[in-house]
Amino acid sequence: MEKVTLTINDKKVTVDKGTTILNAAKQVGVRIPTLCHHEDLCIAGNCRVCVVEQKGTRALVASCAVPAAEGMQIYTNTKKVREARKTIIELLLSEHAGECTSCYRSGNCELQALAQEYLADGDKFIDVADRSPIDISSPAIVKDDSKCIRCLRCVRTCAELQGVSALWSVNKGNHTKVSTFMNKPMHYVVCTNCGQCINRCPTGALTERNYIEDVWAAIDDPQVHVVVQTAPAVRVGLGEALGMEPGAIVTGKMVAALKALGFNSVLDTDFTADLTIIEEGTELLLRLKEALVEKKNVALPMMTSCSPGWIKFIEHQYPELLDNLSTCKSPQQMFGALAKTYYAKKKGIDPARMISVSIMPCTAKKFEAARPEMNSSGFRDVDYVLTTRELAHMIRQAGIDFRSLPEEKYDSIMGESTGAAVIFGTTGGVMEAALRTAYEIVTGREVPFKNLNIEPVRGMEGIKSAKIKIENVKDEWKFLEGAELSVAVAHGLANADKLMKEIKSGKANFHFIEIMACPGGCIGGGGQPIPTSPEIRKKRADAIYVADSSLPLRKSHDNPEIKLIYEEFLHEPLGHHSHELLHTHYTPRRSRA
Amino acid sequence: MSVSDKNKLLEKMQERVNLIFKDTDCGAILAKGLSMKPDDIINMVTDSGLRGRGGAGFPTGIKWRGAASASGNKKYVICNADEGEPGTFKDRRILDEQSDKVITGMAICAYAVGASEGYIYLRGEYNFLKDKLQSNCDRWNKIFNSKGINFSVNVRSGSGAYVCGEETALIESMEGNRGEPRNKPPFPVGAGYMNEPTVVNNVETLAYVATIIEKGADYFKSIGTKDSMGGKVFSVSGDCSVKGVYELPLGMTIEEFVNIFGDGDTKAVQVGGASGVCVPRKNFATTVIGFEGVPTGGSMMLFNSSRSMYHVLKNFLEFFEEESCGQCTPCRVGCQQLLKGIEAIRAGEKPMSYLDELRKLAATMSVASKCGLGQSVASPFNSITEHFREEICY
Ligand SMILES: Cc1cc2nc3c(=O)[nH]c(=O)nc-3n(C[C@H](O)[C@H](O)[C@H](O)COP(=O)(O)O)c2cc1C
Ligand code: SF4
Repeated sequence: MEKVTLTINDKKVTVDKGTTILNAAKQVGVRIPTLCHHEDLCIAGNCRVCVVEQKGTRALVASCAVPAAEGMQIYTNTKKVREARKTIIELLLSEHAGECTSCYRSGNCELQALAQEYLADGDKFIDVADRSPIDISSPAIVKDDSKCIRCLRCVRTCAELQGVSALWSVNKGNHTKVSTFMNKPMHYVVCTNCGQCINRCPTGALTERNYIEDVWAAIDDPQVHVVVQTAPAVRVGLGEALGMEPGAIVTGKMVAALKALGFNSVLDTDFTADLTIIEEGTELLLRLKEALVEKKNVALPMMTSCSPGWIKFIEHQYPELLDNLSTCKSPQQMFGALAKTYYAKKKGIDPARMISVSIMPCTAKKFEAARPEMNSSGFRDVDYVLTTRELAHMIRQAGIDFRSLPEEKYDSIMGESTGAAVIFGTTGGVMEAALRTAYEIVTGREVPFKNLNIEPVRGMEGIKSAKIKIENVKDEWKFLEGAELSVAVAHGLANADKLMKEIKSGKANFHFIEIMACPGGCIGGGGQPIPTSPEIRKKRADAIYVADSSLPLRKSHDNPEIKLIYEEFLHEPLGHHSHELLHTHYTPRRSRA
Repeated sequence: MSVSDKNKLLEKMQERVNLIFKDTDCGAILAKGLSMKPDDIINMVTDSGLRGRGGAGFPTGIKWRGAASASGNKKYVICNADEGEPGTFKDRRILDEQSDKVITGMAICAYAVGASEGYIYLRGEYNFLKDKLQSNCDRWNKIFNSKGINFSVNVRSGSGAYVCGEETALIESMEGNRGEPRNKPPFPVGAGYMNEPTVVNNVETLAYVATIIEKGADYFKSIGTKDSMGGKVFSVSGDCSVKGVYELPLGMTIEEFVNIFGDGDTKAVQVGGASGVCVPRKNFATTVIGFEGVPTGGSMMLFNSSRSMYHVLKNFLEFFEEESCGQCTPCRVGCQQLLKGIEAIRAGEKPMSYLDELRKLAATMSVASKCGLGQSVASPFNSITEHFREEICY
């Protein structure tokens, strides 16, 4: 690698050619403030907060966008630089409705932090904020243009990471704004509700639709039994939102906090993650049998269906592939359907007086819960979906000292789970869990990977694939003898899009595909703590695998409560009850709006 | 000065240059250019002292050298005919009357730097010229083809955004994207249209290239001054006795200029369009029109004492507020604040001292904006508010 040497504040530093001034400065311990810059995204260079002085150049240079060059002399803290930065921050404050005290992002707002750092005067310039009505059309995402500072992180996220482009920069000059196709409300465009834009918004311009007050109202109502379920990735994210390090595993504290908040039953989505594996694994084997033995024309590859952002994406962009989706509901919705039937019956609770709440790392789950078909219990299966961030708010509101909270256990039933369910929280996890079970069903033996860790489907590569040879099968699976199961995993919708194109063009051939809408999977979900970065997501994913390997049971079919529910209630995978409660169908949508 | 004296003086000044609008044999110029070595052409253009006529005044030879030495799969020459600067209308006449020279200049540039495709990016409002220009391109393309020259030129239409005259925004627009300036580096000569080495030159610059090849570098150098060689085509408008498009030598003082074009009551000249500087009467005698004084893309707007400089400035700011591409903070928000700021001072909603805040803001815009648009708003703002403070405040 070619190197260049430059000076930053008279300190010499040698970096790889192509390194930006911003990153070169980091190497000598100089932090340069940024707003539009984000590690996950391409360089924009438009907020101009990162300007620095380059000796011999009249204009300041944007350090995030300009590569270091041999002999460059950079100064990051001159009068000219400080004055320019402060003015820029003050300009941003003038187009930003500075209602910090009532803002959802207050305390975790990059603009607020910078304004404080530079002691910027929010009233220096005339208020020019865009007071368009706040867009609350979507059950998941709230868009408030008055808070937008046009850094376009959301636009880049939506286009580059998610391949959706629901958000775009429109108009020019003083009318420049982030908007949608024909300026339609968010609910009526191709938005997948994944919330990745929220995770990268530096201010409160994009936030989740929050249902905190509704959930408090349910808890406060003595007539109502409030059941709460917690998704796998929340347990490795919640700590961050409450001041702990990324990657802290807080399962027991979270359960204790939920009990302290007043939820009547604290249960685990991991239970239905295990259930999903049984249903979906069986579905896969059945499809393979139909294709290979009965020579039926079944849709393969089969694709996972647990990620509601992905579901809305495929409904819009690839409606012709909807048959390839597993018919399994997501674990959240399986849980909701069972809570108001199986659980209610076993506990003697009137489902009409039950409110089911879920804690999710996800904003798309809010949309999913509101889908009209999600009422197979006879009621709305999941009443309210809270993100990891909303739960953290409630914990703070309740004055709970989270760090010192003694750990507690989930209630029973529907509180028991295995390591296979925990790894649903990260990219590759559903695939790994499915393989652990499906392989064993077919061969009677454990998957041939050390400690059950299926490494080829782990990690942060955008698209991963693996092949597994199936040998010495049980009699009823003879048709699979010697077959090689070919699987792929993609996370981030831009990667999903790429994979779908390959499949449509016939370039890629797989039996089973796992897709998660968010980069890194649910650990990087749109409802997870802000900020996000590759490093933070890696720590959360590592924590997921630690949680998996420290559980005594690591295969979904070993979960005793799963065995119990089939004995008592469901009777068999893909059976009559399953079809009614655990499976669903999809809706083709238009590709533009 | 009497009208007839003025006309005589104007004729005399025009005769000193008379390169652009005089008909010549462009076929012969092309043949002469192609008989030279590419390197010698670049040396000749460098030696002539020709600097870009689009406003920024970058030395043309150096730009070409950059593109010639850059490596790429393909190289491009783009003629910037977006002519969006308020008060500028000279490229329109050049394209209307002398497009042969422009196309010849492009072909010579292409030969010198190794480009094989050329585009004339035509301002959307000049669509009435499009068919005529394209058929002339077609005619030349046949000539290039028959002579075995690996070059073709075509017209691309803009859609009316001022910022698309900025070369990297122009390139984005040609690629079908939002017309927003890019981060620089890389510069177009290294990575421009389709990420390939690209020369972007103004219409007039390219026409002058043809005349330099025709008459030699020394002839060109003999016109103008040491820092501002050659002639310049001016667009003269406002309170004038004569207005229109005139080719004159660089290096005149504003006083000389006003003597010819003014109505006898000129109080200020806006040099270089809305993004240029305003020169008040007291500085006419000492201000040279050229790179050593006030550089200009050609626009000269004259204002007499009946004009309110507040309204002049407000009009410019309204233009910038709307024409900023809107991507970078200093320009997008800064333009709005400058406009709203002077309105507020006028209305008594902000103290007069707020004008000093605004002048500081303009200075910040000039160093922190991403492109020339935001960077140049300080030129009109700070010159007008410096010389006409009372007119702004009361
Ligand atoms: C906002 C803005 C608008 C511009 N508009 C034009 C234009 O209309 N025509 C032009 O030739 N150059 C324009 N320029 C300058 C171009 O960016 C570029 O410098 C020029 O085309 C280079 O050609 P030249 O060196 O021959 O002048 C503009 C620059 C800016 C910043
Ligand atoms: S200076 Fe203005 S026109 Fe140029 S990039 Fe910034 S906002 Fe766009």
